[in-house]
Amino acid sequence: MWNVAFAELRKLRRPTLFLGTMGAVVFFSALFSSLLFLLIDSPDGNSDRGRTVSREVLGLATGGVQGFSSVGGFLGIIALCVFAAQTAQEYTYGTLRNLLIRQPGRLRILVGKFIAMKLFALVMIILSAVISISASVILAPRAKVSTDLWFGADGRHALFTSFINIVISVIGFGTIGMVLGLLLRSPISAISFGVLWLLIIENLLVAVKNSLQNWMPGAQLSAIASGGVPRGMSTGIEYSHALLVGGIYVAIGAGIASFLFMRRDVSN
Amino acid sequence: MSNTAISVTDLSKKYGDRMAVSHATFEVPLGTICGFVGPNGSGKTTTMRMLLGLITPTGGTGEILGESIKHPEKYLPRVGAMIEGPAFYPALSGKENLNYLATLGGFPIERVQGLLEQVGLGDRGKSKYKTYSLGMKQRLGIAAALLPNPQLLMLDEPTNGLDPEGIQEVRALLRSLANDGTSVFVSSHLLSELELISDYLVMLRKGEVVFTGKMTDLMLSQQPIIIAKSTNASDLEILQTIAEAAGHHAVIRDGAVHVAGPADWAVDFNRAAFDAGITLSQLTPQLPNLEETFFEMTGEK
Repeated sequence: MWNVAFAELRKLRRPTLFLGTMGAVVFFSALFSSLLFLLIDSPDGNSDRGRTVSREVLGLATGGVQGFSSVGGFLGIIALCVFAAQTAQEYTYGTLRNLLIRQPGRLRILVGKFIAMKLFALVMIILSAVISISASVILAPRAKVSTDLWFGADGRHALFTSFINIVISVIGFGTIGMVLGLLLRSPISAISFGVLWLLIIENLLVAVKNSLQNWMPGAQLSAIASGGVPRGMSTGIEYSHALLVGGIYVAIGAGIASFLFMRRDVSN
Repeated sequence: MSNTAISVTDLSKKYGDRMAVSHATFEVPLGTICGFVGPNGSGKTTTMRMLLGLITPTGGTGEILGESIKHPEKYLPRVGAMIEGPAFYPALSGKENLNYLATLGGFPIERVQGLLEQVGLGDRGKSKYKTYSLGMKQRLGIAAALLPNPQLLMLDEPTNGLDPEGIQEVRALLRSLANDGTSVFVSSHLLSELELISDYLVMLRKGEVVFTGKMTDLMLSQQPIIIAKSTNASDLEILQTIAEAAGHHAVIRDGAVHVAGPADWAVDFNRAAFDAGITLSQLTPQLPNLEETFFEMTGEK
């Protein structure tokens, strides 16, 4: 299992993939955090879907990680693409047979690949946290946002909580990507299906019937990343609900895909 | 300890209603080079995949290096294989691809450069795999198969895309590996190559084993043939008719009539051709080579 993970890391660290992905993470983390502060007085809002996050909210202990939380869902999409591509390409390149000849334990291959991709995702998240928080600290004085509470005990707790939530969410998105890669056995199909579903189909379904957002896998994972809404609020998804429903989706998908991977003949 | 590298009994694989491999039974002794031949679609690659644990047999049993094929983890660390051509990550260099496989299998990374040099890629190891020619890809596939320092090497068409010099190098490599005790199970369409290097042979036709045994036994069991050519190509059918009228099986292949019969019948054949007004430009009695035997036994051509 560890041999698989170490081997997989050799592949994941190649410059095109590693620097390309991290470049996207840096760009979007900086963008999301910058817009929060640069558009703070904009009548069109400064957060996703036209919402406004006020100076007072940004000045709270959680203000420093607001940008980081906002970019969490996007990091999930990146993770889905990476996990899906790295899994499905073994079929399209025909390299799965090499893997299975050198490591016949199929479950070990899955777990080893998963560990390596989780480490890759972790680097992505840490980088995003550094960039988002740095951008927030740099831009806060210009937007007249107080940073006094950001670095206290509550601020550190908020950072820790956001980090854990985003890790759970990103790993969830990544697992869905891996499941799609195993099921569809083509990077293009797996990524297209995943991204299309998460960015378009879920939003359309929720637009038609708002209560569906409580049952959509992407919405649950995004809610985990942002910490969910407090219990009893009429709009948005509660954290515990998102964790339960999202967890069920991920577990069922991973179970089916693992079963198929272990039983399916490798004939390409 | 078993003295067979590969031993299968009644090994079968069924896809829907079609038997890709049907009750295959054969053995490959340790330390030999065994050629694995059969027309396209005869089940060679499917058999190799079953032996490597990539696909599950529908029936039958098999052992590799004394271990059941139901437990590939017990023998694969001692087996090197290249199935259905080389397959690597295009964005990685040849060396990185081998490093990946070495890490995966727990083999020393230090072996990689030596293997690249052994297959003639020593100076191209740092080039990306996607820039390799077909022959270079094939060489890298062979290097990957040699990573575990294998006791058994299974190669599917290893000379595809290689130039004559490369083919000769692969032949020498396989022979030297066999001399050092490695068992080699190799399929190829280049029957003349297999004839030169194989000690044993397994021949498949439509998923069934039609011959298994020593190459010399196969050749000796074949009837000698007489190859006849005429100055006029249209005479070939008449020559075939003459041979068949005399009770000898004859086929037209590669611009000549191949007649199954003893060498001394060549005199009678020549006389009969002369009587029919045909002047022969070639009349050669000979033992059939592997290619002719292959066509004879598999019904090809």
